[in-house]
Amino acid sequence: MLEVTDVSVSFGGVHAVQDLSFQVNEGEIFSIMGPNGAGKTTVFNVISRFNDVDTGKISFEDEDITKVAPHVIARRGIARTFQNVELFDHETVLQNLLIGQHTRRQTMLLSEVFFLPKVRKQELEFRSKAEDIIDLLHLQSYREKTVDSLPFGIRKIVEVGRALCLDPKLLLLDEPSSGLNPEESEDLSFWIDDINEELGVTIMMVEHDMNLIGQVSNRVLVMADGRHVVTGTPSEVQSHPDVIDAYLGT
Amino acid sequence: MRFVLKTNYGRDIDIFKHRAHASWYFVLIAALLLAPLVLDVFYEKQLTELFIWAIAGAGLMLLTGYSGLVSLGHVAFMALGAYIHAILYSRGWPLFLSIPTSALITGGIGVLIGVASLRMTGIYLAIATLAFAMIVEKVIAHWPALTGGHSGFRVDDPAMFGYSLDSSTAYYYTCLTALVLVFFGVINLLRSPTGRSFIAVRDSEISAQAMGVNLLQTKTLAFALSAGLTGLAGALYAHRIGFLFPDAFTIMTSIMLLMLVVVGGLGSLHGVIFGAFFITIVPQIIAIARDWLPTGIAQSGGLEPLVFGGVLILFLVFEPLGIYGRWVKIRLFFSQFPLYRKKTFLRQKSYLKTERVH
Amino acid sequence: MDTILQLLLKGISQGCVYGLIALGFVLIYKATEMINFAQGELMMIGALIAVTFTEYLQWNYFVAVVLTILATGFIGLLLERSLLRRMIGEPPFAVLMVTIGLGFVLRALAGMIWGHDPQELRTPYSDAVISMGDVFVGVSNLVVIGGTIALCIALFLFFRYTRIGIAMQASSQNQLAAYYLGIPVKRIVAFTWALSAGIAAIAGILFAPLTAITPNIGFSGIKAFAAAIVGGFGSLPGAIIGGLAIGIVEQFMQYNFGKGLGDTSAYFMLLLMLLVRPSGLIASTQKKKV
Repeated sequence: MLEVTDVSVSFGGVHAVQDLSFQVNEGEIFSIMGPNGAGKTTVFNVISRFNDVDTGKISFEDEDITKVAPHVIARRGIARTFQNVELFDHETVLQNLLIGQHTRRQTMLLSEVFFLPKVRKQELEFRSKAEDIIDLLHLQSYREKTVDSLPFGIRKIVEVGRALCLDPKLLLLDEPSSGLNPEESEDLSFWIDDINEELGVTIMMVEHDMNLIGQVSNRVLVMADGRHVVTGTPSEVQSHPDVIDAYLGT
Repeated sequence: MRFVLKTNYGRDIDIFKHRAHASWYFVLIAALLLAPLVLDVFYEKQLTELFIWAIAGAGLMLLTGYSGLVSLGHVAFMALGAYIHAILYSRGWPLFLSIPTSALITGGIGVLIGVASLRMTGIYLAIATLAFAMIVEKVIAHWPALTGGHSGFRVDDPAMFGYSLDSSTAYYYTCLTALVLVFFGVINLLRSPTGRSFIAVRDSEISAQAMGVNLLQTKTLAFALSAGLTGLAGALYAHRIGFLFPDAFTIMTSIMLLMLVVVGGLGSLHGVIFGAFFITIVPQIIAIARDWLPTGIAQSGGLEPLVFGGVLILFLVFEPLGIYGRWVKIRLFFSQFPLYRKKTFLRQKSYLKTERVH
Repeated sequence: MDTILQLLLKGISQGCVYGLIALGFVLIYKATEMINFAQGELMMIGALIAVTFTEYLQWNYFVAVVLTILATGFIGLLLERSLLRRMIGEPPFAVLMVTIGLGFVLRALAGMIWGHDPQELRTPYSDAVISMGDVFVGVSNLVVIGGTIALCIALFLFFRYTRIGIAMQASSQNQLAAYYLGIPVKRIVAFTWALSAGIAAIAGILFAPLTAITPNIGFSGIKAFAAAIVGGFGSLPGAIIGGLAIGIVEQFMQYNFGKGLGDTSAYFMLLLMLLVRPSGLIASTQKKKV
């Protein structure tokens, strides 16, 4: 589904990612792990087109997305969350979820100025979709709260919800469990399973928490210093000598 | 506290949240419609000016309050609107064509600035718009063939379909109509995807893009709409002052507009009205205060900038949410009495948030 | 040839003034990421205080200069203490608006205290003219250039070799880390304001003999701001270079195309720079990271 081929990225002489290749298959949960500074988030930023690649190619559903504009990525069906949560802070949870449906907008400016019946109809559709997500993630009690008044754990969940509003085919989760307590983390692992199985969304995530990775992922890619170390099932990877090297250093 | 029973999602989309809400606005509109019957000409003119400021303020609010793009040069759009309309009108265009045309052209110029704005963030944009306003001011002053330059430009009396709108009452209704239409459009826009994309760009450009919002399109649109509305206000203002000259549109006007949105309350349309009220009434208060002050201070031309500057600072330091924010707090105080908690609105104090990367 | 030289000299001396005001902008920006739009007004206040000391009180010029710098620096300190410290952590837009409001207040106050009539700062070198061949140069112009060079050297030495200068650099790079290392960040910020107000006063003293002083000379702060951006915001040498670029271009445009274009050339340069190379001549800032 997503194919990354020989991608290299550097920032002013620092090689963040070097000759990385991997592919994500439809329907799976694919995790990337690695020590800090291994270039995991850069991989995400490259896929969502916030960073340019120096060399290499990225294709999604057999279409080249290496050069498209960042906002087109969402329209192709790739949604993402951010490591440190990038929500629309001054708005309510509901509004955040509504903004998440921007890609499905059908109305033009002029009809919106007069709020024609079709705009109202579309608003109602957006709303019921947002309510579905609220039900799925148990966000009912936060619906009308502004985001900047919510605890960090809830914000992370809201961000996942907002990404789901896009109806994505591929969901990129950047360290979904960081900043969550063990209980929230466990809830999260169930939700990730639900999202994957019930909504049929392919998931790719960057994660540190070996527990979470072990519970949900089908395959794991380990990176170190911007390079590919090993790819395999969680249990294969965990005992692989190169991985132990990468973490402990030799 | 009032709890509204909502039985379908449409209730959240409606402009008026409950019946009392609607009836209050109905009363307000009725009062404004009847006002000319009881008010004398002076107050009528003041209210007309308030409407014009509110239209321009709605324009700037869309840009600064909702899209997070700061413009220090909005006076340029106002001046452009005023001059374009006055020139077209003097060449025989009918009023109902020349006003929208001037708003459209101004909006088009806004598009240019909007495209440029993609390359600049925050403060840089503010400064670029300031530079733009400076240039527009000089162009107007140094192009006498078209604008009359420093000797000014007489605006013909407003008339439509053979009816003169020159009387203060007729013009009052003209501006009130324009204001109501503008607000209707802006409210609708803000509760539909376009308005949400503005807010998305304001709060986080990165995640707006990740949600599929086209930055270029959104910012350009915000600038175009904002410039167009401000141009419309400028065109209406042209008839209000009757005589255009470059010094009528200085940086001071830009600052007044910014003050309007800040003092009124960023990110709220109520704030626009509060802010417009504020900047119309303050000069009157100052005029009255002059009689009470020692002559040395009263005669000084600096009194108005002093008060405006001072009030602006006080609001930013003590009530960044503006008059509307204060109003929300007062309302909450009474509806929750005696359980109001002062800290409800307290936000976490942040450390210096750097935009630099080292 | 002579006119070119003449224009060049005039442009350079004018550019030095822009550069000095821009230095103040950049210093404060580097220390606090605030943009002090009232920097031009601080220069105006400096010039007017100097006038007060020399004209009204008839003090010795050099004593007056030193006291003016100290007095204006003190005003800068007071502003930081009373007002700008409250704005730390607020959005940049709010801070910008506060300093704009401050500019209005300062200008109005200056108008009330000193009046709106043009004033003159007489210096020991006011009327002196040096002739080099056919080119006549006012000593005032040369003093501006010399003063700027001296100040730049002094600032360079200050940031390079004094403890407080190095502490300022550290806290501008990373406030939190500097704080952990025991640098009194609050005091450093306050000192930065005093320093940049002092520099503004020097700009005012140097600029004053070239022009008539009114509360409105603070408006050249906007052009100085353009200078700071053209030079690359956040770079001290950039501020001076940007100032010189704008001063020189302005003189030549004015000579060739009249006052209208001369006055706006700074803004055209600013817009051009923002569009073509937003990071300025000497880049020092980068995009936000996710």
